[in-house]
Amino acid sequence: MLPQTPSQTVGPFFSHALTPSEPGARIIASNRLADDSGGLASIRIAGRLLDGAGQAVKDGLIEIWQADHQGTYPDGTEKFSGFGRSATDAGGRFWFQTIKPGSIAPGHAPHVNVAVFARGMLNHAFTRIYFADEAAANESDPVLATVDPGRRGTLVAERVEGDRPRTYEFTIRLQGDGETVFFDA
Amino acid sequence: MTAGRTLEPRDWAAQPAQAHPSYKSTLLRSQQRRLVPLPQSQSELTAPVFGPGAVEDTDCDLTRSAVRSGEPLGERIIVSGRILDGRGRPLRGTLVEVWQANAAGRYAHSADNHAAPLDPNFLGTGRGLTDQEGRYRFTTVRPGAYPWRNHPNAWRPAHIHFSVFGTAFVQRLVTQMYFPGDPLLPLDPIFNATADEQARDRLVSRFSPALTEPEWALGFEFDIVLRGPAATPMDT
Repeated sequence: MLPQTPSQTVGPFFSHALTPSEPGARIIASNRLADDSGGLASIRIAGRLLDGAGQAVKDGLIEIWQADHQGTYPDGTEKFSGFGRSATDAGGRFWFQTIKPGSIAPGHAPHVNVAVFARGMLNHAFTRIYFADEAAANESDPVLATVDPGRRGTLVAERVEGDRPRTYEFTIRLQGDGETVFFDA
Repeated sequence: MTAGRTLEPRDWAAQPAQAHPSYKSTLLRSQQRRLVPLPQSQSELTAPVFGPGAVEDTDCDLTRSAVRSGEPLGERIIVSGRILDGRGRPLRGTLVEVWQANAAGRYAHSADNHAAPLDPNFLGTGRGLTDQEGRYRFTTVRPGAYPWRNHPNAWRPAHIHFSVFGTAFVQRLVTQMYFPGDPLLPLDPIFNATADEQARDRLVSRFSPALTEPEWALGFEFDIVLRGPAATPMDT
């Protein structure tokens, strides 16, 4: 076997390459995976990225990869790419306009896969976003079942009542009290 | 790769530490809890596919893609290599993204306030898709070293950031390529956060006479190895 190449931090200067926002920039992915016309499936994920002191991480990068509303991962031929990127802002905030994923297999609760990158992170961290209004499905999910019950809540996005499109809030704590569950995936 | 086949684990011995105290930004951003093992499902074993439409011809030439009034200044170089899995098999058509400082050691980024000149003809970003042999190729200028305030008189060795996808979300890799013989390498906390010397050395490109183009540009070779398929009893 060939030995793996080590990871290195994304650093603070990735935005022109990975999340360009200047006029005319061509992008391969943004934080708008879908418009908000998807009816019941349209959702918005509003998140925050916090460090071990509870301070906003202002220069982070969040990537998501998710199935479509039927639970199928896109193969590049569909309009819905399933992949999104969002830089964090001065408040550590990020957001995605997307659709709610379906269950990928019997017994699996709907979830969004997340990779977290930032200056000061030599390896990116994998986590998942589950949805608080899928309580029954979450109860039977085989991955959540492997997580200490006291920490499962760090993987569940809370529904914001009344918002249209449906909005879920998700906080990623890199370290310390309430540290988000990260996976050795 | 056979769809759904599981991947070998991340080789943590070949990876940098989570917390590396001499790299100060890791202190509040590294994870303290053990990572939870995650069985691989379609969520981990699929990845976004970026077709030819994601890339234009000039995207792989950083000396041309942002030209306004002339060529960017600096030492023109060619950087090329193969993206392979752990079995040495090429990852074909996979997206490679790069970004870097200009020849003076300054990023075209509003948060970089190093007192070195910006180059109006250089943005320092590129992207490309690998070919049938898993090979990518960029033309650029050699980036400069730059100071970064991590410790007194701290300077980052010259480097180019790489972002690679592979065919599984858990193959995702963001790393940095360094240059051979750089005297700053032994002093750099980020480079040295990878304790394994052989692993660390895999981050250093090789000067390549074969890639070097006469009367034009020096060539540097940098291969990237992503996680390959897990061994199965049939393989042994």
